[in-house]
Amino acid sequence: MTTLPEQTTRSLGLVIDLDTCVGCHACVISCKGWNTENYGAPLSDQDPYGADPSGTFLNRVHSYEVQPDDAPAQLVHFPKSCLHCQDAPCVTVCPTGASYKRTEDGIVLVNETDCIGCGLCAWACPYGARELDLAEGVMKKCTLCVDRIYNETLPEEDRTPACVRTCPAGARHFGDLSDPDSDVSRLVADRGGMDLMPEQGTKPVNKYLPPRPRDSWQGEVDVLAPFLEPVAEEPRGFLAWIDKTLEKL
Amino acid sequence: MHPAPSIIAFTTFSGLGLGLLFWLGVDPDAPTGWIAFAFFLIGYVLAIGGLMASTLHLGRPERALKAFTQWRSSWLSREAWTACAALVVMGIYAALLVFFGLQVHVLGWLGAILCLATVFTTSMIYTQLKTVPRWHHWSTPVLFQLYALGGGALLSGRVTTGLVLIGLAALAQGGWWLAGDRRLAASGTTIESATGLGQIGRVRAFEPPHTGSNYLLREMVFVVGRKHAHKLRLIALGLMVVLPAFLLLLPFGHWLAVLAVLAHVAGVLTARWLFFAEAEHVVGLYYGKR
Amino acid sequence: MAQPRVETSPRVSDEVRKTTCYMCACRCGINVHMKDCKVAYIEGNRDHPVNKGVLCAKGSAGIMQHNAPSRLRAPLKRVGPRGSGRFEEISWDEALETAVSWLKPLRETAPEKLAFFTGRDQSQSFTGWWAQAYGTPNFAAHGGFCSVNMATAGIYTMGGAFWEFGAPDWEHARLFLLFGVAEDHDSNPIKMGLGRLKARGAKVIGVNPIRSGYNAVADDWIGITPGTDGLLILSLVHCLLKAGRIDLDYLARFTNAPVLLDCDPKSPDYGLFLRGEDGKPQVICRESGKPTAFDAPGVRPDLTGQIRRAGVTHTSVMHRIAERYLDPQYAPEAVAERCGLTPERIRALAAELARAAFDDPVILDQPWTDFRGERHDRMVGRPVAIHAMRGISAHANGFQTCRALHILQILLGAVETPGGMRFKPPYPKPAEAHPRPHAQAAPGQPLKGPHLGYPQGPEDLALSDKGQPLRIDKAFTWENPLSAHGLMHMVISNAHAGDPYRIDTLFLYMANMAWNSSMNTSGVMEMLTDTDENGDYKIPRIIYSDAYSSEMVAYADLILPDTTYLERHDCISLLDRPISEPDAAADAIRWPVVEPDRDVRGFQSVLLDLGARLGLPGMIDEDGTPTYADYADYIQTHQRRPGIGPLAGWRMSDTGLTHGRGAPNAAQIDSYIANGGHFAMHIPVEAQYFKPWNRAYQDWAVTAGLCDSAAPYLFQLYVEPLRRFQRAAEGQGDRQPPDHLRGQIRAKLDPMPIWYAPDAGDPGTYPVHALTQRPMAMYHSWGSQNAWLRQLHGHNPMYLPTRLMRDHGLSDGDWARITSPHGDITVPVMEMAALNPHTIWTWNAIGKRKGAWALKPGAPEATQGFLLNHLIHELLPPKGDGLRWSNSDPVTGQAAWFDLRVRIEKVTPPAGSQPSFGEITSPVGQGPAQLAWKTKP
Repeated sequence: MTTLPEQTTRSLGLVIDLDTCVGCHACVISCKGWNTENYGAPLSDQDPYGADPSGTFLNRVHSYEVQPDDAPAQLVHFPKSCLHCQDAPCVTVCPTGASYKRTEDGIVLVNETDCIGCGLCAWACPYGARELDLAEGVMKKCTLCVDRIYNETLPEEDRTPACVRTCPAGARHFGDLSDPDSDVSRLVADRGGMDLMPEQGTKPVNKYLPPRPRDSWQGEVDVLAPFLEPVAEEPRGFLAWIDKTLEKL
Repeated sequence: MHPAPSIIAFTTFSGLGLGLLFWLGVDPDAPTGWIAFAFFLIGYVLAIGGLMASTLHLGRPERALKAFTQWRSSWLSREAWTACAALVVMGIYAALLVFFGLQVHVLGWLGAILCLATVFTTSMIYTQLKTVPRWHHWSTPVLFQLYALGGGALLSGRVTTGLVLIGLAALAQGGWWLAGDRRLAASGTTIESATGLGQIGRVRAFEPPHTGSNYLLREMVFVVGRKHAHKLRLIALGLMVVLPAFLLLLPFGHWLAVLAVLAHVAGVLTARWLFFAEAEHVVGLYYGKR
Repeated sequence: MAQPRVETSPRVSDEVRKTTCYMCACRCGINVHMKDCKVAYIEGNRDHPVNKGVLCAKGSAGIMQHNAPSRLRAPLKRVGPRGSGRFEEISWDEALETAVSWLKPLRETAPEKLAFFTGRDQSQSFTGWWAQAYGTPNFAAHGGFCSVNMATAGIYTMGGAFWEFGAPDWEHARLFLLFGVAEDHDSNPIKMGLGRLKARGAKVIGVNPIRSGYNAVADDWIGITPGTDGLLILSLVHCLLKAGRIDLDYLARFTNAPVLLDCDPKSPDYGLFLRGEDGKPQVICRESGKPTAFDAPGVRPDLTGQIRRAGVTHTSVMHRIAERYLDPQYAPEAVAERCGLTPERIRALAAELARAAFDDPVILDQPWTDFRGERHDRMVGRPVAIHAMRGISAHANGFQTCRALHILQILLGAVETPGGMRFKPPYPKPAEAHPRPHAQAAPGQPLKGPHLGYPQGPEDLALSDKGQPLRIDKAFTWENPLSAHGLMHMVISNAHAGDPYRIDTLFLYMANMAWNSSMNTSGVMEMLTDTDENGDYKIPRIIYSDAYSSEMVAYADLILPDTTYLERHDCISLLDRPISEPDAAADAIRWPVVEPDRDVRGFQSVLLDLGARLGLPGMIDEDGTPTYADYADYIQTHQRRPGIGPLAGWRMSDTGLTHGRGAPNAAQIDSYIANGGHFAMHIPVEAQYFKPWNRAYQDWAVTAGLCDSAAPYLFQLYVEPLRRFQRAAEGQGDRQPPDHLRGQIRAKLDPMPIWYAPDAGDPGTYPVHALTQRPMAMYHSWGSQNAWLRQLHGHNPMYLPTRLMRDHGLSDGDWARITSPHGDITVPVMEMAALNPHTIWTWNAIGKRKGAWALKPGAPEATQGFLLNHLIHELLPPKGDGLRWSNSDPVTGQAAWFDLRVRIEKVTPPAGSQPSFGEITSPVGQGPAQLAWKTKP
């Protein structure tokens, strides 16, 4: 299945709100927990209690400092997992057909029993979404919790990816981005959702909502000034003002 | 990219071996008997050894045969097919030469083309990767072909052709390096495009997601110092072309020829180390490593 | 080729067990998915009042904590010298008999020689009860170095505080102002609230030297200089007063702004309230013009009232407020530079507050009746919510700064009104409704009342007749009269010095005092191992209980191994710090969702066993048999007052099950388990706002068992108990402070908020402020034993602002020596632009001692990680007056660890961060080389 489907019935994916993400790593660990216990091989950790602990994670939260020209520097927390690209280069490079994009929902998956662990898909991905599990020797990646979102043994409201369900700030949204009327598509339209590395031509399904403008108070100084119009300069006048105001009440 | 010994060995030795087989295939008057056996043995040891080395890179080498299934879309799969085809065809060609003294030119030519095709598919595994701008260019397959042809020619004892070709390879390599140094910047992929935050201002990677290392950093983010790299480039060129040329232009001697070949191989290994070590994967941008 | 078939409905678990998280202090509800009788996966409980389904990184990593190789396995007896980590395993019988043999003679002779302090204890109403029964005055938890300024300022000012006692009105707030480092208190609710505000487009402003975490998502960031928050707040107060942007109606009705003060400096009652014969503070009624009790039915308190009585002028508190805060010393121009801000920035913030509060008030069409009997046809609120935590609290001016913040909230009318801050039951509860401290020990006797409380004046101090401190931590003394949470950080140094007296046994629970929970960490390690002239330890005996092999374990003589949080019973009780929300009183339990596979016991059950063996009152029946089989039995059957027990849900009445007040129910825990581990009593809609003055709330609180009678009160803009201490310092009354403290008490225990610069080093020599923050994904030292979490934060750089990086020629990865008046550390540095230019900071408690937590000695936590604690001393540097002043708030004793000042020098990189200490022997070995966790292959 290394060829990509012409079209998928739906395009399930995530919308990540960079305005709201506080960088708490809840999604990272929830993902680690769910995917260690579920789909395919566990996400292993090497030297977990030693000098160089390192493990397989399908979702990691970066942070960036952004320096505007005329305002204080900003810090942006930046969760990143597989973007389930429409034109997923990781799929077409796969020599065994283990990597594929599902026709029904566009989820990019690895069929672990077919994976030889060559790592080429990880090389082909510009986003660093794929990690080779060292204990199992196969490629691991975000499944969009394909074993949750359709899981009939879970209550309906829990049929979302683990990272979305756990996100305390509500910075992660899940839905069908091919449906222009879906909540996620509306969010993308309203908030100017963007693609990462559009020039790579991967056509990511996941979108990122940019941070809203920050530190804009200087533009409001004139609007705000009347709110501090003095009623008195010293205590006596102030108390008289209170009396007068209370009379009116 | 991580300069993994298995992959450096794979591309270097399979290239040399296939290059040698190419020249044996197109030789209008190929050796026969024990001499043929010796040449083909060297060719096969290098080619198969290289290919075997590549499986060391696999997480699940026991499933390697599955790599034959996706020839329609995957360059790695195509490489598996062309390599097998080249080795089988050349194997028949070689067997006839060695055991029957019979040269079937059509087989030789077909095998030679398959050898070059294999080197081409190998190079395309890297060239296809848009994520590594330094590789993602038509000149990469050319470079691989020149290395294979030049090294093969030397191994097959074609001193003049070999020297001309390794000279060309060195020129191509120099150009490829210089052009490659600018290719990441020219790709348009930056930390700003990677994060989408360029609208706000200059972007700088702050805390990495994990304080420890990870597969991505180990595999795709290898930083080699500029000064160090320049030194290595000179060493690579010196070993690959200058020293062999010097040795071969001296009065001919077998030991000198062997030394020349060894110097060349060492130079190619160095160049190949740089091929990986200097290659910037765009994922490094997310880690502020570029 | 066909697409592979994926099993999209795999069985997730055999069973879901719902309990309470303990990966930090937030107490979220968790669903523990069990497979094969093992813990398979942990997620948030959607029905839980605290987290409503979400869960943070720590919570989701609970499975790695529960299975951590660092878990202690059996009781331990020390066999090597203290600090070596050499132990031998012993039986529980031997362990308990050893403890009894130490504690029994002490109780019979001098119970104060037991100092029992608990750290991140969530059962303080139980541990405190045990200590009271034992009879030692020396009990407290970790509040003294955590956030006692915040709690005390809140209780004295408003009868409530942030976090466990109050929360922003996330639903109605339109402006949210966040002060100080608050990334963990509380954890999920703030993130959820920020998400709700963001979704509604409400504005978030962060005031913090560091723009990380919550401040990173703030719309506006005010990168204030540490320790100057109070100055900024009082400047905001100045601007708002001057512009008349205050809620006069609210101030007149619900605060002591109209209460009359004796303002004759020559009067003996100078600065005290004018009280009626019934003792009630008096206001002038605008209708009658006469002084009247503040709560008289129909009274209309006059904000600007004044009266002359018996030759003494009395004016309202509002006069004082106007006089003090309209003073130009608080004008933005006068304070901006010290705050590291511009006057324009301060004005813009004040104007933003004014606009949000008064331009568009929140109006709920909900009638209610106030305590004076007046009916209001709607609820009007100010949609300005404020939250703060340790960032403003852990300073030597923290109490007054927290007070200032509450004054700001109250002037805006933004407490207990829609859109502002709301209390969570059992709060509101004013200081007078809390107990007073009890500290008089008597051999063989229990203490007469609870240890901790809220003094109303010098008579409530924990001093002997001779004026000597009764408590080992010197809480409730003239040095820090309102130390309502005790001073755990002073216990070891005082015990070591034998000041005010020597103790025999130090008994600690879940407090890593030999490492990250102490200031002056190396000093503390020396004190714990120091010996007297006979070669005996100066602190003769140390008993410690913990679930994990922490640094502290190595310094104890006897270890009582605790269970993990998934193996134990607990109650998060309304008697203690419950999980209530502004709309509901709520409590919760933990229960053993798995049984321990080691020879360990829940600490509270062990304490009950010890109590019974010691024959403590309340823990044995008349025939000498233990009253409680274990902690679960205590939770269900103990009654603190008739009808009131640790858990409020599913109690028994004559007619069946009831909530709040009722007789014990032997199946109560089963009911909690069936309900998902928690219980909530919802507050009637009419009672949900204006709680301190709302009749419906007051009546509901009595019915619910939160209090025994309605007690409406006023918010205390002017805190009279502080004035009582000042009067003593001025020479009034029988109980007099020592002379060297008179000046400090007069100056710092001001009944109205003031600001003064903290004094933790000469700004010339130590020009830079140094702070720590706790990462959201780690909690204290616990995260490092967690295979998943330690990958996120395995070591910590020191973050320097761009300017300091340049000034010192540093670039990322270089090393620097950071020197404070107390000591120095050598650590790696990293640049951060979004940082106050005079401030450096690092993550808290990442650094670890080699050998602790079952980590290998090369662990980055031990080689590159570091603690800032080494730079902070519990005392200030000598000032040349022959005295050593405490590095703490003079009101509450809160450790002032955010006052730290340092200087920086670039150094050549050492082999590892400095100081480094020898390796301790791990009593539990080390963890495995690889993890591939799965319950079933």
